[in-house]
Amino acid sequence: MKYVSILLLVCAINFANAQVKLLTLSELDNRVAKGKDTTYVINFWATWCAPCVAELPSFEKLKKEYFKTPVKVILVSMDFKSKLKSDVIPFVKKHKLKSEVYIINEKDQQAFIEKVDKKWSGAIPATLIATRTRRLFFEREFTKNELEDLVKNIVHGDYKP
Amino acid sequence: MMLGIMVKAQTGYQVGDVATDFNLKNVDGKNVSLADYKDAKGYIVVFTCNTCPVAKAYQDRVEALNKEFATKGYPVVAINTNDPGTSPGDSYVKMQERAKEKNFSYAYLEDPNHIYTKKFGATKTPHTFVLTKTAKGNEVAYIGAIDNDQEEVNADKSTYVKAAINSLLQGKKPEITSTKAVGCSIKWKKEGTTK
Repeated sequence: MKYVSILLLVCAINFANAQVKLLTLSELDNRVAKGKDTTYVINFWATWCAPCVAELPSFEKLKKEYFKTPVKVILVSMDFKSKLKSDVIPFVKKHKLKSEVYIINEKDQQAFIEKVDKKWSGAIPATLIATRTRRLFFEREFTKNELEDLVKNIVHGDYKP
Repeated sequence: MMLGIMVKAQTGYQVGDVATDFNLKNVDGKNVSLADYKDAKGYIVVFTCNTCPVAKAYQDRVEALNKEFATKGYPVVAINTNDPGTSPGDSYVKMQERAKEKNFSYAYLEDPNHIYTKKFGATKTPHTFVLTKTAKGNEVAYIGAIDNDQEEVNADKSTYVKAAINSLLQGKKPEITSTKAVGCSIKWKKEGTTK
């Protein structure tokens, strides 16, 4: 029985990358609040947003092991919930995305945009870098080096806005 | 020399600005200006395109706005923001196809070189500007999203454009004059391409 459950767990982990779940903003906030010393790099994107798709590799390839405290990449898709199975999951499979991927699950987009950051126009891509005690929001695209430098500065305490 | 891409400056109209008129080609081959609408009390200028999934999701709602408000003095005028070289699905021929397929009751204009897209300051599709006629001219009264429910899953959605126009029809300023929304980036003409 024990071996079956281990096997199931292993299978679940292997298939986990193709699992895309719905996520509310309060679920995201709770996650960050419970994150101890983890820095969450939360990228807002969509399968239909060409500049977003172009910068995804920068997030996927972020060398998390080089930071002195844990860093977690979370990709939050603004695709319609109804497109979960038709668009988002196939996209994740095709691009072999390793990061956690969610679809935003909020009824009022206007309120959601304001709550993520008051200065956000709603344009994507946009990235929120958050720890338990700090939130930094960037409405822009990143190259791999720019993202790495930015996260490094934030994690190691050198970041000055 | 400025890179045109990362511009996040507040260029374009703010609420209260007077909007310039234009003379752009409609899908029926004729040119259209705001001044052509002699009985208009204002306009619903929707910057949109063929290809963006969000813009497509709003197509029927844009049509519904025209059906509801054109006879009350606020016609819809749609403008395609996208360059056909960068985005072939947004070519003039494709615009004509879409207008015919969906039976658009409103003008769907092309904006070569993004002149009015930039002038108004549309930053995504769809991006709506409600204009109202005042002594100063066509004044911008509302900028932003049509409603807060792109996917149409919320029966209690806030219908911003409808509310704005209903206020204007009563001689009042809209309660909400600007909103945000997620949409597709504008497909700008690439530097150095000839057309």
